[in-house]
Amino acid sequence: MDFQVPDFSLVLPELFLLGMACLLLLVDVFIDDAHRRVSFRIAQGTLLGTALLTYMQMGGPEQIGFSGTFVRDDMGSVLKIAVLLATATGFLYARDYLRDRNLFRGEYYVLGLFAVLGMMVMVSAGSLLTIYLGLELLSLCLYALVAFDRESGTSAESAMKYFVLGALASGMLLYGISMIYGATGSIDLETIRAAIGERDAGNLVLVFGLVFLVVGVAFKLGAVPFHMWIPDVYQGAPTSVTLFVGSAPKLAAFALAMRLLVDGLENLQADWQQMLIVLSVLSMGLGNLLAIAQTNIKRMLAYSTIANVGFLLLGLLAGTPEGYAAAMFYTITYVIMVCGAFGVVIYLSQAGIEADSLDDFKGLNKRNPWLAVLMLLVMFSTAGIPPLVGFYAKLAVLKAIIDVGLVWLAVAAVVFSIIGAFYYLRIVKLMYFDDPTSDAEIEGSLDTRVVLSANGLAVAVLGILPGWLLGICAAAIG
Amino acid sequence: MGFEKFLFYLFAAILVFAALRVITVRNPVHAALFLVLAFFNSAVLWLLLEAEFLAIVLVLVYVGAVMVLFLFVVMMLDVNVAPMREGFIHYLPVGIVIGLIMVLEMGLVVGSDFFDADHFAAVAAHPADFSDTKELGGLLYTQYVLPFELAAVILLVAIVAAISLTLRRRPGTKHQAPAQQVLVRSQDRVRLVQVDSEEKQ
Repeated sequence: MDFQVPDFSLVLPELFLLGMACLLLLVDVFIDDAHRRVSFRIAQGTLLGTALLTYMQMGGPEQIGFSGTFVRDDMGSVLKIAVLLATATGFLYARDYLRDRNLFRGEYYVLGLFAVLGMMVMVSAGSLLTIYLGLELLSLCLYALVAFDRESGTSAESAMKYFVLGALASGMLLYGISMIYGATGSIDLETIRAAIGERDAGNLVLVFGLVFLVVGVAFKLGAVPFHMWIPDVYQGAPTSVTLFVGSAPKLAAFALAMRLLVDGLENLQADWQQMLIVLSVLSMGLGNLLAIAQTNIKRMLAYSTIANVGFLLLGLLAGTPEGYAAAMFYTITYVIMVCGAFGVVIYLSQAGIEADSLDDFKGLNKRNPWLAVLMLLVMFSTAGIPPLVGFYAKLAVLKAIIDVGLVWLAVAAVVFSIIGAFYYLRIVKLMYFDDPTSDAEIEGSLDTRVVLSANGLAVAVLGILPGWLLGICAAAIG
Repeated sequence: MGFEKFLFYLFAAILVFAALRVITVRNPVHAALFLVLAFFNSAVLWLLLEAEFLAIVLVLVYVGAVMVLFLFVVMMLDVNVAPMREGFIHYLPVGIVIGLIMVLEMGLVVGSDFFDADHFAAVAAHPADFSDTKELGGLLYTQYVLPFELAAVILLVAIVAAISLTLRRRPGTKHQAPAQQVLVRSQDRVRLVQVDSEEKQ
């Protein structure tokens, strides 16, 4: 048997993360509740250390290791760093929230780190098997995190719903994988790509498998009509978990779509383009329209996520490197905005109070002007108002689909964005023109305040100077 | 039709029947038992494919361990299925239409000549001393070492998640703390109090 020992330096960040997660699991047993901050610090140190290791790997050509099951390329590295930083930010925002609600347990960070490991594996997957395992690792951790608040009935209910629908989606994905395997005789993405190149694109078995793969991806992204879980999970989960579910996994889901549809099945682009067009238009339409009717900010942001996923799919379905880069830019900036928005919601939720209703934002300007400014920046950016980063993200995506001649789709996207602007601007109106319903002091620790401010300002700075991140995305895809 | 083909169709038919019964019988214990039957028949199908190790592991692990545990849980929980079947008739027409469309599509795809046996080269016969256990082990620890380790991590996460969701220390329960019992000192237990004797009046 000819066998070469795989190059373990390729998975150094993943190995470090896994080792530290296991270490945290052990350390956490021996510290009491008064010193729980140690777990938090280990988790943050692990995330930043892994990001550093990933950064050191960056550059150079694509490397394939572990008999084709693992791919290291620049797109993967950039997405991994974004995942790690988004998670670290989310952990920081969540710390005081968890402590106030008696949820400050080590398992939160252990499960979080394992979820990040799952995302990193998905991002770097070179075969359908690794994609599936990474996805399951991520999903299992998320199910448990959504149900983390054991006292809450709504948490348990939403976790159950998420679990059942997630299992169904995994089943669909596996069925699609089995069809693709049947048609190409391989689970290796590169071999699949080569095998499809030789056959005609309209192969019935391949398209049949593709449908199921697209369903699986659409479920993980939360595109209509596979979006049912998003509003319930966002509303039912503790806000800190909602922040986590809504931010980093979107990057992983984008990577999932890139690996499956672009790396593996690019020759079927004509087929999946049509499917993505349907998903995208439905998501933008339904997401934006239903978000208007919401009175709960977490639920509103859930529908806003669905609408934004529609936009993200636009970039993917363009099927050009520019489109992929635009979609990647859109995903990363969207995650920054989600972190900011949920960061403010968590910051507002003081001990014993859950600030998840739109009314909690009334008169925020009078209670805490700086927090209102941060929320204003994030909301304007998500609505796509220049010169904030959300505008450039939408512009890049629209340009990519106009370049491939889908002008009607761009027009529809713009119309839905204008409808969507209503509910983002309503938050701004509530903050600046209404009277506060409570005058309770809004308190938070210094490090949270600093990072939240940086997060809000990043939306503005990246909007004025988008070239840097756009350049990174274009280089990573190209 | 060769004998092998006959065996395949026989066991495949029992498998499909058992799988159908799993979701149609009313009694959950019967459903679990039909699942056992389904596992057995898939194990036989694997035997026909000369995957002896996988077939035996399927019986040992799924039938021997997982399903027995499942049966215990089902028997102890005393699930009342009647409320869960509410609305069944209501959703039935939609379900039948969608199910029929999916069966039709699957039939078209799987029945297409793409999967005809003559498109694929026949599997080479293995010598009598061929060990698929050895082959499997070799592949797991070389070519598929990364997915193998990931599967291990998933199992670890399952343990962590299950324990963190269910283990709780309720305040006020009267359980023993052996560590404290061992560490206790006599002066913690007995307090000698000097009481002056009083004269009888």
